[in-house]
Amino acid sequence: MSATAAAITVSDLTMAYGSFVLQRGLDFTINQGDIFVIMGGSGCGKSTLLRHMIGLMQPAQGEIWYGKENFWKLDETDRAAILRKAGVLYQSGALWSSMTLGENIALPLAHYTSLAPKVIDELVSFKLSLVGLAGFESYYPAQLSGGMRKRAALARAIALDPDFLFFDEPSAGLDPISARNLDQLIQELCEGLGATVIIVTHELASIYAIGTNSVFLDGEKKTMLATGDPKMLLKECQEETVVQFLTRGTGKREVRTV
Amino acid sequence: MHSPRFRLDCSQKGEVRVILSGYWTLQSEPPNPGPILSALVPEVRHLHFAEEGLGNWDTRLLIFLQNILNHANTEQRAIHLEDLPSGVRDLLHLSATSPKQSPSLGANKESFITRVGNRVLDLTDQSIEIATFIGEIILAFMELLGGKRPFKSRDFFGFVQSCGVESLPIVSLIAVLVGVILSFVGAVQLQMFGAQIYVANLVGLGMVLEMGALMSGVIIAGRIGASYAAQLGTMQVNEEIDALRTMGISPVGFLVLPRMLALMLMLPLLCIYADIMGILGGSIIGVSMLDLSLIEFLEQTRKTLTLNQCGQGLLKSSIFGVLIGFAGCLRGMQCGRSALAVGAATTSAVVTSIVLIVVSDSIITYFLYR
Ligand SMILES: Nc1ncnc2c1ncn2[C@@H]1O[C@H](COP(=O)(O)OP(=O)(O)OP(=O)(O)O)[C@@H](O)[C@H]1O
Ligand SMILES: [Mg+2]
Repeated sequence: MSATAAAITVSDLTMAYGSFVLQRGLDFTINQGDIFVIMGGSGCGKSTLLRHMIGLMQPAQGEIWYGKENFWKLDETDRAAILRKAGVLYQSGALWSSMTLGENIALPLAHYTSLAPKVIDELVSFKLSLVGLAGFESYYPAQLSGGMRKRAALARAIALDPDFLFFDEPSAGLDPISARNLDQLIQELCEGLGATVIIVTHELASIYAIGTNSVFLDGEKKTMLATGDPKMLLKECQEETVVQFLTRGTGKREVRTV
Repeated sequence: MHSPRFRLDCSQKGEVRVILSGYWTLQSEPPNPGPILSALVPEVRHLHFAEEGLGNWDTRLLIFLQNILNHANTEQRAIHLEDLPSGVRDLLHLSATSPKQSPSLGANKESFITRVGNRVLDLTDQSIEIATFIGEIILAFMELLGGKRPFKSRDFFGFVQSCGVESLPIVSLIAVLVGVILSFVGAVQLQMFGAQIYVANLVGLGMVLEMGALMSGVIIAGRIGASYAAQLGTMQVNEEIDALRTMGISPVGFLVLPRMLALMLMLPLLCIYADIMGILGGSIIGVSMLDLSLIEFLEQTRKTLTLNQCGQGLLKSSIFGVLIGFAGCLRGMQCGRSALAVGAATTSAVVTSIVLIVVSDSIITYFLYR
């Protein structure tokens, strides 16, 4: 596959809870190897958009394409086959609370592969060490801090070396240094695994540091205002709301990375 | 400390000045804004706010001003806030410019017919949901029979332990007391005819046919059904169930099936245990109040009960096990995404299971004795 093949295409998507329409007319393409940022104000439907892409909510209208497959037209087993290549980091972490960290990460491995338990154990400790939690296998999620839970959830998300990684606000609740490290980790995973990353974040620093493509959702107009490389949007976008967001409300168009 | 006050100055034509003074805090009673509003006759084109010895102020001042502004027809006249502290101006501006539209979740101005229609649609949705859930459980069960185990055995044995061994103390207490109550009720009547030995029949039949299954069912509905609903509901809130789903692991197979199996396995055993405890409870009364010996009492019980009758009790409790597991897990999986919803799911699980238990009990009894 060429480096610029479309990995996910969203076309004319309308998202709604019952009769309450959140967003309509969403149209954008996520390319293979992108770090794709979903931006927008609180409550505009970013997490909901993610839920549509990972098979948890059905579009009210429109389509989501994974490569050449119309995701929501597939039957359940085919959808599961696509999702098998996806790792998700939820806004709340969503570690399984009745299992230790080790078991949390081992479960997808055991479910999808026929590796020997010993190999799985090795994989688990390797993934945990990637996120800086080496030796925490036997801890329960409740025994960890919020930031540690986030990182453990990241380790679970990358357990199966996925092609697609979905992150919902990965750096919320992390200190600046850990947030920076997480950015680097995401970038390295993206390059190392060749994964396509879809990430919801408010952190301007991360957006400029790692984002290669993006979409901006507006809660008031209930549609997207712009899509493209965030650094280009900063320079060229004409939409006032987007510029305000990207410049932290100052309107000064210069990239500031920490 | 000066109480909040204002002074009106209408000396210039077409202009009203409101001069605020004193401490405008939530602890103090604000003056009545009536005079200002009545001064705002249509000819007034400018409304000035100013201060003169304004002390501390907080939201009290802001809501006072906001109320006036809401009534002041701001399209027809200019409002001048320049002379007020900048904090007051900024906060009023912030509040005025924040978007007023709130999403119309379940719009409240629906007509009666719309509401009825929506209810009916909800009802069909719910029936489909329940049917799907039952179907998923059956599929997961078939998978299990086919030799695939979709859950962790450690989880399963944990549930077996909490349904079984850990429920023994409470089941013992209740069953013994029910046995005592049954034999009391019987003894009062039967003693009149000198037929106290038949208390053993009454207790034995009562426990084995009805009360053993019913009481253990109700206890387990409260103890285990509720905890299943709470566990699954909390997992729903924490997105743990979503995480299973996206990973392609069936939440029904992984979470619901082991819980249901544990209940189906343990409830009949608990029922047998409750039967025995109830008969022992009855014999306590028999021995202590009716001058029967323990041997006599137990022998009479043995002569009365048939294996068939014991089977009826067991059949009931197996069905109750399925119903409690079903109600608890269903309510947990249907749970919304808040702490409040978890509470509601728990309550609803208990109510649903007890209703199901009693209704199914009467149906089964009807068919057995028809
Ligand atoms: N189950 C639900 N039923 C109805 N409305 C919902 C439900 N869940 C979310 N919403 C509404 O959908 C909107 C978008 O929610 P979403 O979680 O997607 O926001 P978000 O963009 O991720 O916000 P944040 O940045 O704060 O996480 C909100 O206005 C919320 O009120
Ligand atoms: Mg969100």
